[in-house]
Amino acid sequence: MAEPLHALTALGHAAPKSLAIGPVAISERFDVALASLAIRNGRDGDVAAAAGKAGLPLPDPARFQAGTPFSAFWVAPGMWFVEAAFETHEDIEAALKPIFAGAASITEQTDAWVRFDLGAPDLQPLFERLSNVDFARSPDGFATRTVIEHIGCYLIRHGKGAVTLYGPRSSAASLLHALEVTARSLL
Amino acid sequence: MTQQNRISGGQIDRSRTLRFTFDGVAYAGHPGDTLASALLANGVRLMGRSFKYHRPRGPLSAGSEEPNALVELRAGARQEPNTRATVAELFDGLEARSQNRWPSLAFDALAINDRLNTFFTAGFYYKTFMWPASFWEKVYEPIIRRAAGLGSLSRQEDPDSYDKGFLHCDLIVIGAGPAGLMAALAAGRAGARVILADEDFRPGGRLNAETLTVGGKPGAEWAAEAAAELSAMPNVRIMLRTTVIGAFDHGIYGAVERVSDHLPVPPEGKPRQTLWRIYARRALLAGGATERPIAFENNDRPGIMLAGAMRTYANRYAVRVGESCAIFTNNDDGLRTATDLQAKGVDVVAVIDARSEGALLPGIRHLKGADVIDADGRLGLRSITIRHAGGRTETVPVTALGVSGGWNPNVNIASHHRARPVWNEGIQAFVPGEGGPPGLSAAGAAAGVMSTHGALTSGQQAAMAALGDLGIRASAGTVPDAEDAPVSITPKWYVNSGKGRAWIDPQNDVTVKDIKLAHKENFTSVEHMKRYTTLGMATDQGKTGNVLGLAIMAGLTGQTIPETGTTVYRPPYTPVAMGALAGRSRGKEFKPFRLTPSHKWAEEQGAVFVEVGMWLRTQWLPKPGETHWRQSVDREVLATRKSVGICDVTTLGKIDIQGTDAGAFLDRVYCNTFSTLAVGRCRYGLMLREDGMVFDDGTTARMGENEYVMTTTTANAVTVFRHLEYCRQVLWPEMDVQLISTTEAWAQFSVAGPNARRLLQKVVDQDISDAAFPYMAAGSITIGGLRARLFRISFSGELAYEIAVPTRYGDALIRRLVEEGREFDAVVYGTEALGVMRVEKGHVAGNELNGQSTALNMGLGKMVSKKKDSIGMVLSQREGMNDPDGYRLVGVKPVDPTATLTAGSHFLEIGAAPVIANDGGWLTSKVHSPHLGCDIALGYLKAGDQKIGRRMRAVNLLAGTETEVEIVSPHFFDPEGERLRG
Repeated sequence: MAEPLHALTALGHAAPKSLAIGPVAISERFDVALASLAIRNGRDGDVAAAAGKAGLPLPDPARFQAGTPFSAFWVAPGMWFVEAAFETHEDIEAALKPIFAGAASITEQTDAWVRFDLGAPDLQPLFERLSNVDFARSPDGFATRTVIEHIGCYLIRHGKGAVTLYGPRSSAASLLHALEVTARSLL
Repeated sequence: MTQQNRISGGQIDRSRTLRFTFDGVAYAGHPGDTLASALLANGVRLMGRSFKYHRPRGPLSAGSEEPNALVELRAGARQEPNTRATVAELFDGLEARSQNRWPSLAFDALAINDRLNTFFTAGFYYKTFMWPASFWEKVYEPIIRRAAGLGSLSRQEDPDSYDKGFLHCDLIVIGAGPAGLMAALAAGRAGARVILADEDFRPGGRLNAETLTVGGKPGAEWAAEAAAELSAMPNVRIMLRTTVIGAFDHGIYGAVERVSDHLPVPPEGKPRQTLWRIYARRALLAGGATERPIAFENNDRPGIMLAGAMRTYANRYAVRVGESCAIFTNNDDGLRTATDLQAKGVDVVAVIDARSEGALLPGIRHLKGADVIDADGRLGLRSITIRHAGGRTETVPVTALGVSGGWNPNVNIASHHRARPVWNEGIQAFVPGEGGPPGLSAAGAAAGVMSTHGALTSGQQAAMAALGDLGIRASAGTVPDAEDAPVSITPKWYVNSGKGRAWIDPQNDVTVKDIKLAHKENFTSVEHMKRYTTLGMATDQGKTGNVLGLAIMAGLTGQTIPETGTTVYRPPYTPVAMGALAGRSRGKEFKPFRLTPSHKWAEEQGAVFVEVGMWLRTQWLPKPGETHWRQSVDREVLATRKSVGICDVTTLGKIDIQGTDAGAFLDRVYCNTFSTLAVGRCRYGLMLREDGMVFDDGTTARMGENEYVMTTTTANAVTVFRHLEYCRQVLWPEMDVQLISTTEAWAQFSVAGPNARRLLQKVVDQDISDAAFPYMAAGSITIGGLRARLFRISFSGELAYEIAVPTRYGDALIRRLVEEGREFDAVVYGTEALGVMRVEKGHVAGNELNGQSTALNMGLGKMVSKKKDSIGMVLSQREGMNDPDGYRLVGVKPVDPTATLTAGSHFLEIGAAPVIANDGGWLTSKVHSPHLGCDIALGYLKAGDQKIGRRMRAVNLLAGTETEVEIVSPHFFDPEGERLRG
């Protein structure tokens, strides 16, 4: 068998990048596996039952719900993105498929996205410059699709000072640049 | 220089002195000054030259409506043309220059235009310069452009950054005058989320310019206290230096915040301006009113300004415009200027009141039923000529004249969305009409409520009404006491006297005569009048002149003013810097980039990249000693065909299609059949649009019983995905199909060439012999145990595979392939070599998939299955699209192998004239084939399949090239496909 291949982050490094600009901390996450889960037609009950049994949350529209080992956020009607620790669930598709046994379509999404976790005492000034999401009025656990500098992203608000952003992996550098420039303008 | 015209009081900080220059001369002012107020304080009335006649001009106003006092602010790359001195905040070290003059402001050679004014009447350029026609672009226009015009651009890159953002509120209050402050207080106290925006740097609006009291205290003091209370509310955001520029769809308001314009240089990292997109559930326009002048001969002399502005300079900026002044008015508000100036100790020589009735001002020479008919003083007012009620004329020496023809509510924002303002006879002005932006109302002077108490009351009431709509309860607070005088005005638009010119739009040099000429020549509609005379164009958009112009036109046509109507109001309210519209994107940040998984490796190799949409793809990889791109590309092609080449093809769209109806779904979106495809196999698919034209092509693999992976072209990755979602969600919601893009999830590389299998076999864990993994096989494999995918497909005509791993391992995979490929002399090739090989093989790509071509045109007509329905199948059968003599894809070779082909050339028969009737088609893609040793091309040729072997000409009239060519099969290389099945 051939030697294993090494992995690079979306920003092209061996290790994820973290930086702080004033009060804003930006951390690239490289340790989360991601898969899409979409209910097949007429299989809502089966999916709900299987998810319940596996302890996999299927939150309401525009919501994120944490869990162990799986967390999830809603992305479209009957569709969620499921998160798990990369270390234990690198092949997340293979882990999820048996749980749903054909009742849901499951597709690996881990490397389709770059994930940045953002922290600050208050991220409102940053996000009012980045996205048209009404961040101040969004509840904790809010998850939505939005556009940041022409880049389609998923935004999850964990709290007023904690946000997870998923952006397309190939545009990781452009997305980080937008975050950096905006954070710097707030100094 | 002393500030000889500085008087007592005002809202300036005299404890600090700011130094600045105008046309190189040093002056001093104070914080709180604008450039205009500081220049006036220093006795400078002459600040600019007019657009057409180069007439000397001073400020007409004290606000954003200013047409005259336009300057070039700052120097070097930060030089900004057409800056209104009346709103430019003074800062230490400010540099300003006058514009549109040569050699100096006081002596402008182009003022000759003023002497030649009879040639430059309205519409002169529509009548003159007509002959010879060719002179317009080369001679006349450049000369006119040089003579006319405003400020100049620095022609350097803007060194500042700009920002943008998004705000949300229950109520946006536009304008922080008495109505706006009262509205914001009512809404803020009720707990609503409020944005209060004002273009000024000081809240209060006219209260800062008046001596009036509110609630028993000076109006400015009440405004400051109201603003302080609002600032303390967490639910209220006061945005000063912020101009709401327009009302857009769905309750979105655009606003430009001038973050750093009041500073010499923006602080490090800070934007100069921010463009805000404000999502407001309700909006209240409290933008006040703009005074308008009365036109009379030579009413554009520096020192003649709006009476309200003169009052602003005195009360707010502690500046007298001249030592001696007069007021010309048709309404009571003009009288207020006279009394305020007199109270400040300014010598008010006379008040010329166009009205005959009414009480006389005590202690001032108040002339009733009189007009100002002329003014003298080319570079600055020296005297005015008064025509008394009885007709007697008198010349009075003054250095400043305040003119008031009444006040126009600022209806602009309320008139966006094409709403038409309505005429209010009582105030002789337009007020907001019906049909404006939904959710927007107006209050205060903007709504035609002209008294201070009325403004306060209407602001509160309008806010409560807006909140009531939203279900937010607000209680009516006490409205402070304030003056509540009715408007007393007798309309007067211009003074009819003499033969001289009376300006109504000083910025565009539009005079009463021009309006009369437009009427005479039947340009009587306001929209025609505007275009014919240029009334209301340029930076001020006619804020002071428009109503005057249309009122005069109404008088000429015999129509009423409301019958005459207004032109259409459009954003932006005031000029916006291009940088603000661009936001924080600078240079290459204009759009995001997408980087391929091999980008880092390719950069290390010195690859040349090409932009493909947002992707940066490797175009070719030069080796040491290669000085021309063709050397690199030829080498990459030859090495691939000889042994093996590797190419990053991640950018091709990948769509995961799952569900029990996935196969049936594919049968409907592709014109050929996929439901019969065996698991573990892939097939080339052709997708048509509804109209039967080819939409996209690609290979789709069946990875499981209900799982397919579709590939699309790079260019159409998004549009195909969107199309499939439309089909799934809208056309056939009953089908059990789930879609998701996996383009970015997998790093995919093409490995092509006779040694492709030998190379890959060293990398993958499974047997991929021809028997185990035949042509068009697809499936999951592993690399050192890592999950991966393999597809045996070829775009180059070679034995070829595409291998995919999760993207994070893409960098490692290309390094592995290069390392393991050394023994085969493997190359990595870019998009150029890819293009050469696909043309050699006769594969269509973007140039052929042009949206106007059918499967038949491409020689793929047999792929359109008529045994099933699919999108585009029916319409692809239209007669015109099946013309046996229609376009067919052909190959093209030059008869002389050393000759070059030019893409875009058109096919002509030998001897045929290069005219459209003889056009046989065109050459779509051209490459140099190192394999064949000559240029080759693909093209669409009418009845091309019947012309194989024929000689024709490829003519490109644009490039000036003509080549004799032979029409051949599009399959230049291995037409039988033996190599790819090898």
